[in-house]
Amino acid sequence: MKTLNEIPTGSTVTVKKLNGSGAVKRRIMDMGLTKGTSVYVRKVAPLGDPVELTVRGYELSVRKEDAAMIEVE
Amino acid sequence: MITIALAGNPNSGKTTLFNALTGSNQFVGNWPGVTVEKKTGHYKGDKEVAITDLPGIYSLSPYTLEEVVARNYLINEKPDGIIDIVDGTNLERNLYLTTQLLETGIPVVVAVNMMDLVRKNGDKIDIKKLSKELGCPVVEISALKNEGIGEAVEAAKKAVAAKSEQKVHKFSAEVEKYLTEIEDRVGNTVPQSAVRFVTIKLFEKDSRIHENYPSLPDVSALCADAEKELDDDTESIITGERYDYIGSMIGDCYKKAKKGEATISDKIDRIVTNRILALPIFALVMFIVYYVSVTTVGGILTDWANDGVFGDGWFLLGIGRDAYDEDVEGYDDAQASIEAYDAVAQANEILAASIGATIDMENEDGETEAVEVTEALQAEATETLEEYLNEDGTVVWQKWSDEEDEETGLFYELIEVTAEDYAAALEVEEPDPSDYGPWIIGIPALLDLLIGEGAPLDCTGTFVYGLIMDGIVAGVGAVLGFVPQMLVLFIFLAFLESCGYMARIAFIMDRLFRRFGLSGKSFIPMLIGSGCGIPGIMASRTIENEKDRRMTIMTTTFIPCGAKLPIIALFAGAVFNNSGLIAVSAYFIGIAAIVVTGIILKKTKLFAGDPAPFVMELPAYHLPTVGNVLRSMWERGWSFIKKAGTVILLSTIVIWFTSNYTITLKAVDEFADTSILGWIGNHIAWIFSPLGWGDGKAAIAAVTGLVAKENVVGTFGILYGADVATEGGSEIWANVGAYFTGVTAYSFMVFNLLCAPCFAAMGAIKREMNNGKWTAFAITYQCVFAYLVALCINQFGRLFDGRGVQPVGLVVAIIVLVGFIYMLFRPNKYADANNGITAEPEHA
Repeated sequence: MKTLNEIPTGSTVTVKKLNGSGAVKRRIMDMGLTKGTSVYVRKVAPLGDPVELTVRGYELSVRKEDAAMIEVE
Repeated sequence: MITIALAGNPNSGKTTLFNALTGSNQFVGNWPGVTVEKKTGHYKGDKEVAITDLPGIYSLSPYTLEEVVARNYLINEKPDGIIDIVDGTNLERNLYLTTQLLETGIPVVVAVNMMDLVRKNGDKIDIKKLSKELGCPVVEISALKNEGIGEAVEAAKKAVAAKSEQKVHKFSAEVEKYLTEIEDRVGNTVPQSAVRFVTIKLFEKDSRIHENYPSLPDVSALCADAEKELDDDTESIITGERYDYIGSMIGDCYKKAKKGEATISDKIDRIVTNRILALPIFALVMFIVYYVSVTTVGGILTDWANDGVFGDGWFLLGIGRDAYDEDVEGYDDAQASIEAYDAVAQANEILAASIGATIDMENEDGETEAVEVTEALQAEATETLEEYLNEDGTVVWQKWSDEEDEETGLFYELIEVTAEDYAAALEVEEPDPSDYGPWIIGIPALLDLLIGEGAPLDCTGTFVYGLIMDGIVAGVGAVLGFVPQMLVLFIFLAFLESCGYMARIAFIMDRLFRRFGLSGKSFIPMLIGSGCGIPGIMASRTIENEKDRRMTIMTTTFIPCGAKLPIIALFAGAVFNNSGLIAVSAYFIGIAAIVVTGIILKKTKLFAGDPAPFVMELPAYHLPTVGNVLRSMWERGWSFIKKAGTVILLSTIVIWFTSNYTITLKAVDEFADTSILGWIGNHIAWIFSPLGWGDGKAAIAAVTGLVAKENVVGTFGILYGADVATEGGSEIWANVGAYFTGVTAYSFMVFNLLCAPCFAAMGAIKREMNNGKWTAFAITYQCVFAYLVALCINQFGRLFDGRGVQPVGLVVAIIVLVGFIYMLFRPNKYADANNGITAEPEHA
């Protein structure tokens, strides 16, 4: 199973599972990254982190270390 | 009177709607105990409707400050109704908050905003279906175009009056089964309308709900069963269910016209956050912001406010300024020639007379008095002749300038004065500015006409005159002098924030800054801080995360601001042979101080605690309205004047008083040893002797730097014997150079660059921290940090500059250095709490 931080830009994946707990996990889910959501990895910031995603029709920026909590396929 | 709360996601147009609803009837403050802004107002169309603007939030989770503030308001204050503003172009995520608001039991009206954009895109939202699905009234609005906002309030009023029970959506059967059981247990412990909300919060294991309702039942066993059955934690179950519910109904209500086609915003973003172009574009934007708000427009406005409004006065539109300046220079030169010629004549007279004879001399007040010629007086006269007589016997004086003379390499030229020159100089009249153009008199000069010499209320020389002119007017000037420049900067900030670029700045710079406990948005405060720390600190308000914001506020003034440059120039000139490296090293030390502070403090308990995920929306770009930008500018500027102003004014008066009066309240020369400040300076000097500058003068200068950093140079001028100290302080170089060695000068300079900033900046820190303890901590930290760094510079410097080692001092310096290194490299024991990945998944 891959995590979101390993996905190359320009690909679309589906969220399978969220690891972690507490505020970070809740925040990620509050922003719409829930199980079954389709995510498009749009780009990586010029310094290599964070990444920009398209989720539920809007743009979201997530750090790679947080993206590592999200299992996708 | 009914109260309506305005709730919605950030970037949903909530502020615009609030401004449109309330107009000028608004009050901006803070939510009690926190730095989250609270805005309240009355509806323009009906004064009986009070509107409270809740912080922009995505959810009602217990984790972020804004969300907790909003929750507590809804639970404790129980507004009569909620207008939930929803971004029509981003319906899915915005409705997520709506599902939570509906559960509070408070009547909700959903206002779908940006309908103009939705229609322009050709998308369709079926309002009737949406209303039926959600079980609450839904209205279409465009806050920007002022459409439909009256209808939204009317709908809310109607919903409040109807008191009809709101239908609440149901989760899936497996979840509802548990919720029903919890609902039964909650029973009558909470008001009927809040039961659904409390039930769900209990199921989510939300810790804060117990603070609102202390006598809730324990349902942990039920939650554990649910987690086992549904293979996820209850919080995630509910979050997932909400989005599933929205997903299931949105297809019926919302039809997107073009799928997958890039919008204008996408096209802009493709360039602006492009991997290669992003940094150059960012640099360009920052350059423009800095250039306009610090260098050009802002600089001109600050000079105008300080030298014009709070100085002698100013020429309307600058008409006549150049001609006047030229004549003023001619007049000043003439005065210098007269002074030199008179001094030589007087000295010759003293030297010609025999000891014990009396001659007439002019005293400071211009009165003639008989003085006995003594050896000391003759020695003084000889010195005077050395100063003013050239080798060939002509009278000369030194004309100083800020620039180096290309031929001689000196910062002054020698002006010869012949007898004819002297006669001509006596004829030169002081230029009157009103002869040169439309002259508007400055506030101090205007007051001087009222209470100055020969005026109707002449009180020169009295306490009142000093208090008004040097205490209050100078203090008010210090507050207001910064405001014009600040307003220019605030226009930029408001524009960058509302157009959507500010979020991109955080996106671009995050990687660099987060290592030091800062946000990508910290770049702007620091950049502006290199011009002036006050607007720099105020610019930190754009940072959402409280810890990042605090760290930014604490470290912004480490960057040398414009007022610190004269200090750097003074020492570079007096001690370091005008080496350009000194100024470069000052900026380097400022940046190093930020980095070191960030790394050290990040590992302390103060900045640990609840993790703050960087999961940030990148909103679509759009052009903000002029009205909203100006309103935001004014709100920030006014809050500075109100909150910081009082602090600055008071402290200026205190410094004025202590430097001009003795403990027995007798007036003395400014900064005299007998003045309160002089007395304090001499008594605290020992504190600074480990830093290499333990004489009272340097300590006094450092204290006066608290009023404004450039005062350090002015105070040096007075204390180290020079009549006038210009910027850069060229005249006092020789005197200062004699008191300081390279090492002690550098130690003094670094201390003044890093220690507590001026009172105005401290006022801004207090305003932005909005917390006495944090303000005190920030200022104490800066002083202690500055002290330790200066201590190390001096003690290690002693090893090399020939003053010899001070064993105790050296040992202390080594301990401090080792301490710094330990603090920098020790493992962060709070790292686990800050990092979601290392935490064990709850259901592995």
